[in-house]
Amino acid sequence: MTAATPLVSFWSGIGAALSVATLAGWAGARLAEGRPACATFRDAVERIHSWWLMCAALFIAHLFGTTGMATLFGFVSFLALREFITIVPTRLSDHRTLLYAFFIFTPLQYALVGMRWYGLFAVMIPVYAFLFMPLRTVLRQDPARFLERTAMVQWALMVCVYCVSHVPALLMLRIPGYEGRGMDLAFYLILVVQMSDILQYIWGKLIGRHPIVPAISPNKTWAGFLGGIASATLLGGLLRGLTPFSLPQALGISLLVTLMGFAGGMTMSAIKRDRGIKDYGRAIPGHGGTLDRIDSLCFAAPVFFHLVRYYFT
Amino acid sequence: MTRALAAEGLAWLCRAVCGVSVQWLCDPFARTQRVYFANHTSHLDAVLIWGCLPHCQRRRTHPVAARDYWDAAPVRRWLSEAFGAVLIDRGSISSRRNPLDDMERALGNEDSLILFPEGTRGDGPDCGRFHSGLYHLAMRRNCLEFIPVHLRNLNRIMPKGEFLPVPLISQVTFGPSMRAEPGVAKTAFLDGAKDALESLSQP
Repeated sequence: MTAATPLVSFWSGIGAALSVATLAGWAGARLAEGRPACATFRDAVERIHSWWLMCAALFIAHLFGTTGMATLFGFVSFLALREFITIVPTRLSDHRTLLYAFFIFTPLQYALVGMRWYGLFAVMIPVYAFLFMPLRTVLRQDPARFLERTAMVQWALMVCVYCVSHVPALLMLRIPGYEGRGMDLAFYLILVVQMSDILQYIWGKLIGRHPIVPAISPNKTWAGFLGGIASATLLGGLLRGLTPFSLPQALGISLLVTLMGFAGGMTMSAIKRDRGIKDYGRAIPGHGGTLDRIDSLCFAAPVFFHLVRYYFT
Repeated sequence: MTRALAAEGLAWLCRAVCGVSVQWLCDPFARTQRVYFANHTSHLDAVLIWGCLPHCQRRRTHPVAARDYWDAAPVRRWLSEAFGAVLIDRGSISSRRNPLDDMERALGNEDSLILFPEGTRGDGPDCGRFHSGLYHLAMRRNCLEFIPVHLRNLNRIMPKGEFLPVPLISQVTFGPSMRAEPGVAKTAFLDGAKDALESLSQP
Protein backbone atom coordinates (compact mmCIF):
# COMPACT_ATOMS: atom_id res chain seq x y z
CA MET A 1 0.00 0.00 0.00
CA THR A 2 2.99 2.33 -0.13
CA ALA A 3 1.87 3.56 -3.58
CA ALA A 4 -1.40 4.81 -2.03
CA THR A 5 0.35 6.83 0.65
CA PRO A 6 0.43 10.19 -1.21
CA LEU A 7 -3.29 9.87 -1.92
CA VAL A 8 -4.09 9.03 1.67
CA SER A 9 -2.12 12.03 2.90
CA PHE A 10 -3.75 14.15 0.19
CA TRP A 11 -7.25 13.35 1.39
CA SER A 12 -6.31 13.62 5.06
CA GLY A 13 -4.84 17.02 4.29
CA ILE A 14 -7.98 18.12 2.47
CA GLY A 15 -10.18 16.92 5.33
CA ALA A 16 -8.04 18.66 7.93
CA ALA A 17 -7.84 21.91 5.95
CA LEU A 18 -11.59 21.99 5.37
CA SER A 19 -12.28 21.25 9.04
CA VAL A 20 -10.00 24.08 10.14
CA ALA A 21 -11.57 26.41 7.56
CA THR A 22 -15.07 25.45 8.69
CA LEU A 23 -14.28 26.12 12.36
CA ALA A 24 -12.47 29.36 11.53
CA GLY A 25 -15.42 30.50 9.41
CA TRP A 26 -17.91 29.79 12.18
CA ALA A 27 -15.75 31.43 14.82
CA GLY A 28 -15.13 34.43 12.59
CA ALA A 29 -18.83 34.89 11.85
CA ARG A 30 -19.60 34.65 15.59
CA LEU A 31 -16.88 37.12 16.61
CA ALA A 32 -17.70 39.61 13.87
CA GLU A 33 -21.43 39.58 14.72
CA GLY A 34 -22.94 42.98 13.93
CA ARG A 35 -19.92 44.28 12.04
CA PRO A 36 -19.53 44.47 8.25
CA ALA A 37 -16.90 41.71 8.29
CA CYS A 38 -19.63 39.32 9.40
CA ALA A 39 -21.04 39.16 5.86
CA THR A 40 -17.61 38.16 4.53
CA PHE A 41 -17.41 35.35 7.07
CA ARG A 42 -20.93 34.16 6.31
CA ASP A 43 -20.04 34.13 2.63
CA ALA A 44 -16.90 32.15 3.47
CA VAL A 45 -18.90 29.62 5.50
CA GLU A 46 -21.22 29.06 2.56
CA ARG A 47 -18.27 28.65 0.20
CA ILE A 48 -16.57 26.18 2.53
CA HIS A 49 -19.77 24.20 2.82
CA SER A 50 -19.82 23.89 -0.97
CA TRP A 51 -16.15 22.89 -0.90
CA TRP A 52 -17.04 19.94 1.32
CA LEU A 53 -19.57 18.78 -1.24
CA MET A 54 -17.23 19.29 -4.21
CA CYS A 55 -14.45 17.39 -2.44
CA ALA A 56 -16.88 14.61 -1.58
CA ALA A 57 -17.87 14.34 -5.25
CA LEU A 58 -14.21 14.19 -6.24
CA PHE A 59 -13.47 11.61 -3.56
CA ILE A 60 -16.28 9.33 -4.69
CA ALA A 61 -15.32 9.73 -8.36
CA HIS A 62 -11.68 8.85 -7.74
CA LEU A 63 -12.67 5.54 -6.13
CA PHE A 64 -13.91 4.49 -9.57
CA GLY A 65 -10.66 5.33 -11.31
CA THR A 66 -10.59 6.69 -14.85
CA THR A 67 -14.27 5.92 -15.43
CA GLY A 68 -15.29 7.76 -12.28
CA MET A 69 -13.18 10.80 -13.06
CA ALA A 70 -14.30 10.91 -16.71
CA THR A 71 -17.93 10.69 -15.56
CA LEU A 72 -17.56 13.41 -12.92
CA PHE A 73 -15.78 15.82 -15.25
CA GLY A 74 -18.16 14.94 -18.07
CA PHE A 75 -20.98 16.05 -15.79
CA VAL A 76 -19.07 19.20 -14.81
CA SER A 77 -18.58 19.95 -18.51
CA PHE A 78 -22.27 19.46 -19.14
CA LEU A 79 -23.19 21.90 -16.36
CA ALA A 80 -20.64 24.43 -17.60
CA LEU A 81 -21.78 24.11 -21.21
CA ARG A 82 -25.41 24.68 -20.28
CA GLU A 83 -24.47 27.77 -18.28
CA PHE A 84 -22.37 29.11 -21.15
CA ILE A 85 -24.95 28.50 -23.89
CA THR A 86 -27.71 29.94 -21.68
CA ILE A 87 -26.03 33.34 -21.49
CA VAL A 88 -24.89 33.67 -25.11
CA PRO A 89 -27.35 34.87 -27.78
CA THR A 90 -27.92 31.80 -29.93
CA ARG A 91 -30.86 31.68 -32.30
CA LEU A 92 -33.63 29.13 -32.53
CA SER A 93 -32.05 27.82 -35.74
CA ASP A 94 -29.03 26.68 -33.68
CA HIS A 95 -31.21 24.15 -31.87
CA ARG A 96 -30.06 21.01 -33.70
CA THR A 97 -26.42 22.10 -33.63
CA LEU A 98 -26.68 22.53 -29.87
CA LEU A 99 -28.18 19.06 -29.52
CA TYR A 100 -25.00 17.69 -31.13
CA ALA A 101 -22.83 19.74 -28.79
CA PHE A 102 -24.66 18.52 -25.68
CA PHE A 103 -25.51 14.94 -26.53
CA ILE A 104 -22.87 13.81 -29.03
CA PHE A 105 -19.63 15.75 -28.67
CA THR A 106 -19.61 16.13 -24.88
CA PRO A 107 -20.18 12.45 -24.03
CA LEU A 108 -17.89 11.36 -26.89
CA GLN A 109 -15.01 13.48 -25.62
CA TYR A 110 -15.19 11.81 -22.19
CA ALA A 111 -15.71 8.38 -23.71
CA LEU A 112 -12.41 8.94 -25.52
CA VAL A 113 -10.79 9.75 -22.16
CA GLY A 114 -12.21 6.52 -20.75
CA MET A 115 -10.94 4.60 -23.79
CA ARG A 116 -7.52 6.28 -23.49
CA TRP A 117 -7.67 7.12 -27.20
CA TYR A 118 -5.35 10.11 -27.13
CA GLY A 119 -5.14 10.64 -30.90
CA LEU A 120 -8.84 11.30 -31.37
CA PHE A 121 -9.26 12.93 -27.94
CA ALA A 122 -6.81 15.66 -28.95
CA VAL A 123 -8.46 16.54 -32.28
CA MET A 124 -12.14 15.62 -32.07
CA ILE A 125 -13.46 19.01 -30.91
CA PRO A 126 -10.83 21.33 -32.45
CA VAL A 127 -11.05 19.59 -35.84
CA TYR A 128 -14.13 17.46 -36.34
CA ALA A 129 -16.67 19.35 -34.22
CA PHE A 130 -15.20 22.57 -35.59
CA LEU A 131 -15.93 21.47 -39.14
CA PHE A 132 -19.19 19.65 -38.50
CA MET A 133 -21.14 22.15 -36.41
CA PRO A 134 -21.15 25.09 -38.84
CA LEU A 135 -22.23 22.64 -41.52
CA ARG A 136 -25.15 21.51 -39.37
CA THR A 137 -26.09 25.15 -38.76
CA VAL A 138 -25.85 26.00 -42.47
CA LEU A 139 -28.50 23.42 -43.27
CA ARG A 140 -31.02 25.48 -41.30
CA GLN A 141 -30.56 28.29 -43.83
CA ASP A 142 -30.45 31.12 -41.33
CA PRO A 143 -27.45 33.33 -42.16
CA ALA A 144 -28.14 35.98 -39.52
CA ARG A 145 -25.01 36.48 -37.36
CA PHE A 146 -23.75 33.16 -38.74
CA LEU A 147 -20.08 33.52 -37.90
CA GLU A 148 -20.85 34.89 -34.44
CA ARG A 149 -23.21 32.02 -33.62
CA THR A 150 -20.83 29.37 -34.92
CA ALA A 151 -17.96 30.91 -32.99
CA MET A 152 -19.96 31.02 -29.76
CA VAL A 153 -20.88 27.35 -29.89
CA GLN A 154 -17.34 26.30 -30.84
CA TRP A 155 -15.90 28.44 -28.06
CA ALA A 156 -18.34 26.95 -25.58
CA LEU A 157 -17.29 23.43 -26.54
CA MET A 158 -13.60 24.30 -26.40
CA VAL A 159 -13.70 25.92 -22.98
CA CYS A 160 -16.35 23.86 -21.22
CA VAL A 161 -15.66 20.44 -22.70
CA TYR A 162 -12.31 20.21 -24.48
CA CYS A 163 -10.28 22.11 -21.89
CA VAL A 164 -11.97 20.55 -18.86
CA SER A 165 -11.52 17.04 -20.27
CA HIS A 166 -7.75 17.46 -19.90
CA VAL A 167 -8.11 16.95 -16.14
CA PRO A 168 -9.24 13.30 -16.28
CA ALA A 169 -7.05 12.89 -19.39
CA LEU A 170 -4.04 13.12 -17.06
CA LEU A 171 -4.94 9.56 -16.08
CA MET A 172 -4.02 8.30 -19.53
CA LEU A 173 -0.43 9.54 -19.41
CA ARG A 174 2.20 6.88 -18.90
CA ILE A 175 5.16 8.40 -17.08
CA PRO A 176 8.25 6.19 -16.58
CA GLY A 177 8.83 5.57 -12.87
CA TYR A 178 5.42 7.02 -12.03
CA GLU A 179 3.09 4.31 -13.36
CA GLY A 180 -0.47 4.13 -12.10
CA ARG A 181 -0.33 7.49 -10.33
CA GLY A 182 -2.16 9.66 -12.84
CA MET A 183 -4.78 10.32 -10.16
CA ASP A 184 -2.16 12.04 -7.97
CA LEU A 185 -1.26 14.26 -10.89
CA ALA A 186 -4.91 15.24 -11.49
CA PHE A 187 -5.36 16.08 -7.80
CA TYR A 188 -2.13 18.06 -7.80
CA LEU A 189 -3.36 20.20 -10.70
CA ILE A 190 -6.82 20.72 -9.20
CA LEU A 191 -5.39 21.58 -5.78
CA VAL A 192 -2.79 24.06 -7.02
CA VAL A 193 -5.23 25.83 -9.35
CA GLN A 194 -8.10 26.01 -6.85
CA MET A 195 -5.80 27.01 -3.98
CA SER A 196 -4.44 29.75 -6.22
CA ASP A 197 -8.01 31.05 -6.65
CA ILE A 198 -8.64 30.90 -2.90
CA LEU A 199 -5.30 32.48 -1.99
CA GLN A 200 -5.81 35.27 -4.53
CA TYR A 201 -9.20 35.91 -2.97
CA ILE A 202 -7.78 35.95 0.57
CA TRP A 203 -4.77 38.15 -0.29
CA GLY A 204 -7.07 40.48 -2.19
CA LYS A 205 -9.50 40.73 0.74
CA LEU A 206 -6.69 41.35 3.22
CA ILE A 207 -4.47 43.88 1.47
CA GLY A 208 -5.87 44.31 -2.04
CA ARG A 209 -6.16 47.95 -3.17
CA HIS A 210 -5.38 48.49 -6.84
CA PRO A 211 -7.37 46.54 -9.41
CA ILE A 212 -5.42 45.05 -12.30
CA VAL A 213 -8.16 45.13 -14.92
CA PRO A 214 -10.90 47.36 -13.48
CA ALA A 215 -12.94 47.30 -16.69
CA ILE A 216 -13.10 43.50 -16.57
CA SER A 217 -13.08 42.47 -12.93
CA PRO A 218 -12.82 45.06 -10.13
CA ASN A 219 -12.15 42.31 -7.57
CA LYS A 220 -8.82 41.21 -9.01
CA THR A 221 -6.14 43.31 -7.34
CA TRP A 222 -2.37 43.43 -7.73
CA ALA A 223 -1.86 42.30 -4.14
CA GLY A 224 -4.28 39.41 -4.61
CA PHE A 225 -2.60 38.44 -7.87
CA LEU A 226 1.00 38.58 -6.63
CA GLY A 227 0.31 37.14 -3.19
CA GLY A 228 -1.98 34.42 -4.52
CA ILE A 229 0.30 33.33 -7.35
CA ALA A 230 3.38 33.34 -5.10
CA SER A 231 1.79 31.39 -2.27
CA ALA A 232 0.10 28.89 -4.62
CA THR A 233 3.40 28.35 -6.44
CA LEU A 234 5.06 27.71 -3.10
CA LEU A 235 2.31 25.25 -2.22
CA GLY A 236 2.86 23.52 -5.55
CA GLY A 237 6.53 23.13 -4.63
CA LEU A 238 5.67 21.69 -1.20
CA LEU A 239 3.27 19.16 -2.70
CA ARG A 240 5.68 17.80 -5.27
CA GLY A 241 5.49 14.41 -3.52
CA LEU A 242 2.31 13.87 -5.53
CA THR A 243 4.19 14.36 -8.79
CA PRO A 244 7.18 13.09 -10.75
CA PHE A 245 8.66 16.63 -10.69
CA SER A 246 11.84 17.87 -9.01
CA LEU A 247 11.50 20.95 -6.79
CA PRO A 248 12.48 23.52 -9.47
CA GLN A 249 10.22 21.75 -11.97
CA ALA A 250 7.31 21.72 -9.52
CA LEU A 251 7.78 25.42 -8.78
CA GLY A 252 8.04 26.32 -12.46
CA ILE A 253 5.04 24.27 -13.48
CA SER A 254 2.96 25.58 -10.57
CA LEU A 255 3.83 29.14 -11.51
CA LEU A 256 2.78 28.56 -15.12
CA VAL A 257 -0.41 26.77 -14.12
CA THR A 258 -1.49 29.46 -11.65
CA LEU A 259 -0.79 32.16 -14.25
CA MET A 260 -2.92 30.26 -16.75
CA GLY A 261 -5.61 29.99 -14.08
CA PHE A 262 -5.53 33.74 -13.60
CA ALA A 263 -5.81 34.22 -17.36
CA GLY A 264 -8.82 31.88 -17.38
CA GLY A 265 -10.57 33.75 -14.59
CA MET A 266 -10.01 37.06 -16.35
CA THR A 267 -11.15 35.82 -19.75
CA MET A 268 -14.34 34.28 -18.42
CA SER A 269 -14.98 37.51 -16.47
CA ALA A 270 -14.80 39.49 -19.71
CA ILE A 271 -17.60 37.37 -21.15
CA LYS A 272 -19.72 37.92 -18.02
CA ARG A 273 -19.06 41.66 -18.19
CA ASP A 274 -20.16 41.80 -21.80
CA ARG A 275 -23.34 39.86 -21.07
CA GLY A 276 -24.08 42.03 -18.03
CA ILE A 277 -24.11 39.25 -15.45
CA LYS A 278 -22.20 38.71 -12.22
CA ASP A 279 -22.15 34.91 -12.16
CA TYR A 280 -22.65 32.17 -14.73
CA GLY A 281 -25.33 30.55 -12.60
CA ARG A 282 -26.29 29.46 -9.13
CA ALA A 283 -25.26 25.82 -9.23
CA ILE A 284 -22.74 26.08 -6.37
CA PRO A 285 -23.93 28.11 -3.35
CA GLY A 286 -21.40 30.81 -2.45
CA HIS A 287 -19.41 30.33 -5.63
CA GLY A 288 -21.95 31.16 -8.33
CA GLY A 289 -22.15 28.85 -11.32
CA THR A 290 -20.07 25.80 -12.19
CA LEU A 291 -18.19 27.89 -14.73
CA ASP A 292 -17.29 30.46 -12.05
CA ARG A 293 -15.58 27.68 -10.11
CA ILE A 294 -13.72 26.02 -12.97
CA ASP A 295 -12.82 29.02 -15.14
CA SER A 296 -9.20 28.90 -14.02
CA LEU A 297 -9.01 25.12 -14.38
CA CYS A 298 -10.26 25.41 -18.00
CA PHE A 299 -7.18 27.37 -18.98
CA ALA A 300 -4.68 25.60 -16.74
CA ALA A 301 -5.55 21.97 -17.50
CA PRO A 302 -4.56 21.71 -21.21
CA VAL A 303 -1.27 23.54 -20.64
CA PHE A 304 -0.41 21.35 -17.65
CA PHE A 305 -1.39 18.22 -19.59
CA HIS A 306 0.78 19.00 -22.59
CA LEU A 307 3.69 20.15 -20.49
CA VAL A 308 3.71 16.85 -18.61
CA ARG A 309 3.05 14.84 -21.75
CA TYR A 310 5.89 16.50 -23.66
CA TYR A 311 8.59 16.49 -20.99
CA PHE A 312 7.77 13.47 -18.85
CA THR A 313 6.39 10.72 -21.10
CA MET B 1 -51.11 5.19 -8.83
CA THR B 2 -49.03 4.51 -11.95
CA ARG B 3 -50.26 7.75 -13.42
CA ALA B 4 -49.42 9.74 -10.32
CA LEU B 5 -45.92 8.25 -10.27
CA ALA B 6 -45.48 8.91 -13.98
CA ALA B 7 -46.57 12.52 -13.50
CA GLU B 8 -44.12 13.02 -10.62
CA GLY B 9 -41.32 11.32 -12.57
CA LEU B 10 -41.93 13.38 -15.70
CA ALA B 11 -42.15 16.58 -13.69
CA TRP B 12 -38.82 15.77 -12.06
CA LEU B 13 -37.24 14.99 -15.43
CA CYS B 14 -38.64 18.18 -16.91
CA ARG B 15 -37.21 20.23 -14.05
CA ALA B 16 -33.81 18.56 -14.47
CA VAL B 17 -33.73 19.07 -18.24
CA CYS B 18 -34.75 22.71 -17.87
CA GLY B 19 -32.28 23.31 -15.01
CA VAL B 20 -35.01 25.38 -13.46
CA SER B 21 -34.66 27.97 -10.72
CA VAL B 22 -37.95 29.00 -9.17
CA GLN B 23 -38.80 32.35 -7.66
CA TRP B 24 -41.96 32.96 -5.66
CA LEU B 25 -43.37 36.46 -5.21
CA CYS B 26 -46.56 35.07 -3.67
CA ASP B 27 -47.30 32.40 -1.06
CA PRO B 28 -46.65 29.00 -2.65
CA PHE B 29 -48.73 27.18 -0.05
CA ALA B 30 -51.87 29.36 0.05
CA ARG B 31 -55.06 27.28 0.05
CA THR B 32 -56.88 29.80 -2.16
CA GLN B 33 -58.21 28.81 -5.56
CA ARG B 34 -55.85 30.07 -8.19
CA VAL B 35 -55.40 30.50 -11.90
CA TYR B 36 -51.70 30.41 -12.81
CA PHE B 37 -51.37 32.07 -16.20
CA ALA B 38 -48.14 31.97 -18.17
CA ASN B 39 -46.44 32.82 -21.46
CA HIS B 40 -46.51 29.79 -23.74
CA THR B 41 -43.53 28.80 -25.87
CA SER B 42 -42.97 25.07 -25.54
CA HIS B 43 -44.57 21.70 -24.86
CA LEU B 44 -42.72 21.57 -21.56
CA ASP B 45 -44.40 24.67 -20.13
CA ALA B 46 -47.39 23.11 -18.38
CA VAL B 47 -45.42 20.19 -16.92
CA LEU B 48 -42.68 22.52 -15.72
CA ILE B 49 -45.09 24.88 -13.95
CA TRP B 50 -46.92 21.93 -12.42
CA GLY B 51 -43.59 20.48 -11.26
CA CYS B 52 -42.52 23.79 -9.71
CA LEU B 53 -45.56 23.85 -7.44
CA PRO B 54 -45.21 22.47 -3.90
CA HIS B 55 -46.36 18.84 -3.65
CA CYS B 56 -49.47 19.76 -1.73
CA GLN B 57 -50.63 21.96 -4.61
CA ARG B 58 -49.91 19.62 -7.49
CA ARG B 59 -52.84 17.23 -7.11
CA ARG B 60 -55.31 20.09 -6.92
CA THR B 61 -53.88 22.06 -9.86
CA HIS B 62 -55.00 21.22 -13.39
CA PRO B 63 -53.27 22.39 -16.59
CA VAL B 64 -55.73 23.56 -19.23
CA ALA B 65 -54.82 22.07 -22.60
CA ALA B 66 -56.23 21.94 -26.13
CA ARG B 67 -58.40 18.90 -26.79
CA ASP B 68 -57.56 18.80 -30.51
CA TYR B 69 -53.91 18.08 -29.66
CA TRP B 70 -53.97 16.22 -26.35
CA ASP B 71 -56.88 13.94 -27.19
CA ALA B 72 -55.50 12.99 -30.61
CA ALA B 73 -53.27 10.05 -29.63
CA PRO B 74 -53.38 7.45 -26.81
CA VAL B 75 -50.04 8.53 -25.30
CA ARG B 76 -51.08 12.17 -25.21
CA ARG B 77 -54.45 11.30 -23.71
CA TRP B 78 -52.77 9.18 -21.04
CA LEU B 79 -50.34 12.00 -20.26
CA SER B 80 -53.08 14.60 -19.99
CA GLU B 81 -54.91 12.33 -17.56
CA ALA B 82 -51.76 11.74 -15.52
CA PHE B 83 -51.40 15.49 -14.95
CA GLY B 84 -55.11 15.92 -14.31
CA ALA B 85 -55.39 18.21 -17.32
CA VAL B 86 -58.62 19.87 -18.38
CA LEU B 87 -59.05 19.43 -22.12
CA ILE B 88 -60.93 22.21 -23.85
CA ASP B 89 -62.02 22.91 -27.41
CA ARG B 90 -60.15 25.90 -28.69
CA GLY B 91 -61.21 28.12 -31.54
CA SER B 92 -64.94 28.73 -31.80
CA ILE B 93 -66.89 28.70 -28.57
CA SER B 94 -70.17 26.99 -29.32
CA SER B 95 -73.10 27.43 -26.99
CA ARG B 96 -73.31 23.63 -26.79
CA ARG B 97 -69.89 23.16 -25.30
CA ASN B 98 -68.33 26.19 -23.64
CA PRO B 99 -64.73 25.65 -22.49
CA LEU B 100 -65.46 27.89 -19.53
CA ASP B 101 -67.90 25.29 -18.24
CA ASP B 102 -65.16 22.64 -18.39
CA MET B 103 -62.76 24.91 -16.54
CA GLU B 104 -65.32 25.77 -13.90
CA ARG B 105 -66.11 22.12 -13.39
CA ALA B 106 -62.39 21.36 -12.92
CA LEU B 107 -62.05 24.22 -10.44
CA GLY B 108 -64.75 22.72 -8.26
CA ASN B 109 -64.62 24.13 -4.77
CA GLU B 110 -60.92 23.98 -4.02
CA ASP B 111 -58.87 23.31 -7.15
CA SER B 112 -56.68 25.56 -9.31
CA LEU B 113 -55.82 25.88 -13.00
CA ILE B 114 -52.74 26.44 -15.13
CA LEU B 115 -53.71 28.48 -18.16
CA PHE B 116 -51.93 29.86 -21.22
CA PRO B 117 -54.03 32.86 -22.23
CA GLU B 118 -52.19 33.32 -25.51
CA GLY B 119 -53.99 30.17 -26.59
CA THR B 120 -51.07 28.79 -28.57
CA ARG B 121 -47.30 28.64 -28.38
CA GLY B 122 -45.39 31.73 -29.46
CA ASP B 123 -41.92 31.41 -30.98
CA GLY B 124 -40.07 34.18 -29.19
CA PRO B 125 -39.65 35.59 -25.71
CA ASP B 126 -42.42 38.14 -26.34
CA CYS B 127 -45.94 37.56 -25.17
CA GLY B 128 -48.81 37.49 -27.66
CA ARG B 129 -52.37 38.81 -27.33
CA PHE B 130 -54.40 37.33 -24.48
CA HIS B 131 -57.64 35.51 -25.23
CA SER B 132 -60.65 36.58 -23.22
CA GLY B 133 -61.13 33.29 -21.36
CA LEU B 134 -59.11 34.60 -18.43
CA TYR B 135 -61.53 37.53 -18.10
CA HIS B 136 -64.68 35.43 -18.32
CA LEU B 137 -63.28 33.07 -15.71
CA ALA B 138 -62.68 36.04 -13.42
CA MET B 139 -66.25 37.24 -13.94
CA ARG B 140 -67.77 33.84 -13.22
CA ARG B 141 -65.71 33.21 -10.09
CA ASN B 142 -64.79 36.35 -8.20
CA CYS B 143 -62.96 34.39 -5.48
CA LEU B 144 -60.19 33.35 -7.91
CA GLU B 145 -56.63 34.56 -7.41
CA PHE B 146 -54.71 35.17 -10.64
CA ILE B 147 -50.97 34.45 -10.52
CA PRO B 148 -48.81 35.55 -13.46
CA VAL B 149 -46.10 32.96 -14.12
CA HIS B 150 -43.18 33.96 -16.28
CA LEU B 151 -41.19 31.26 -18.07
CA ARG B 152 -37.74 32.31 -19.22
CA ASN B 153 -35.71 30.43 -21.84
CA LEU B 154 -38.31 27.70 -22.43
CA ASN B 155 -38.55 28.93 -26.02
CA ARG B 156 -34.85 28.19 -26.41
CA ILE B 157 -34.94 24.86 -24.61
CA MET B 158 -37.67 23.41 -26.80
CA PRO B 159 -38.84 25.70 -29.58
CA LYS B 160 -41.90 25.00 -31.65
CA GLY B 161 -41.40 22.12 -34.04
CA GLU B 162 -38.50 20.49 -32.15
CA PHE B 163 -38.66 17.09 -30.47
CA LEU B 164 -35.59 17.07 -28.27
CA PRO B 165 -34.82 19.74 -25.66
CA VAL B 166 -31.49 21.53 -25.41
CA PRO B 167 -30.91 21.48 -21.63
CA LEU B 168 -30.31 25.16 -20.93
CA ILE B 169 -31.09 26.89 -17.63
CA SER B 170 -34.61 28.24 -17.22
CA GLN B 171 -36.32 30.45 -14.68
CA VAL B 172 -39.89 30.26 -13.49
CA THR B 173 -41.18 33.32 -11.65
CA PHE B 174 -44.51 33.19 -9.83
CA GLY B 175 -45.60 36.82 -9.59
CA PRO B 176 -47.73 38.59 -6.97
CA SER B 177 -51.34 37.45 -7.00
CA MET B 178 -54.02 39.68 -8.48
CA ARG B 179 -57.81 39.69 -8.36
CA ALA B 180 -60.42 41.06 -10.72
CA GLU B 181 -62.08 44.15 -9.33
CA PRO B 182 -65.88 44.00 -9.66
CA GLY B 183 -67.08 45.61 -12.88
CA VAL B 184 -63.63 45.87 -14.45
CA ALA B 185 -63.70 46.19 -18.24
CA LYS B 186 -62.51 43.26 -20.31
CA THR B 187 -59.64 45.03 -22.06
CA ALA B 188 -58.50 46.67 -18.83
CA PHE B 189 -58.37 43.33 -17.05
CA LEU B 190 -56.59 41.53 -19.88
CA ASP B 191 -54.09 44.37 -20.37
CA GLY B 192 -53.42 44.43 -16.64
CA ALA B 193 -52.81 40.68 -16.61
CA LYS B 194 -50.49 40.90 -19.60
CA ASP B 195 -48.57 43.79 -18.05
CA ALA B 196 -48.22 41.86 -14.80
CA LEU B 197 -46.79 38.89 -16.70
CA GLU B 198 -44.46 40.98 -18.83
CA SER B 199 -43.18 42.93 -15.83
CA LEU B 200 -41.78 39.63 -14.52
CA SER B 201 -39.59 39.26 -17.61
CA GLN B 202 -37.16 41.91 -16.37
CA PRO B 203 -34.33 40.14 -14.58
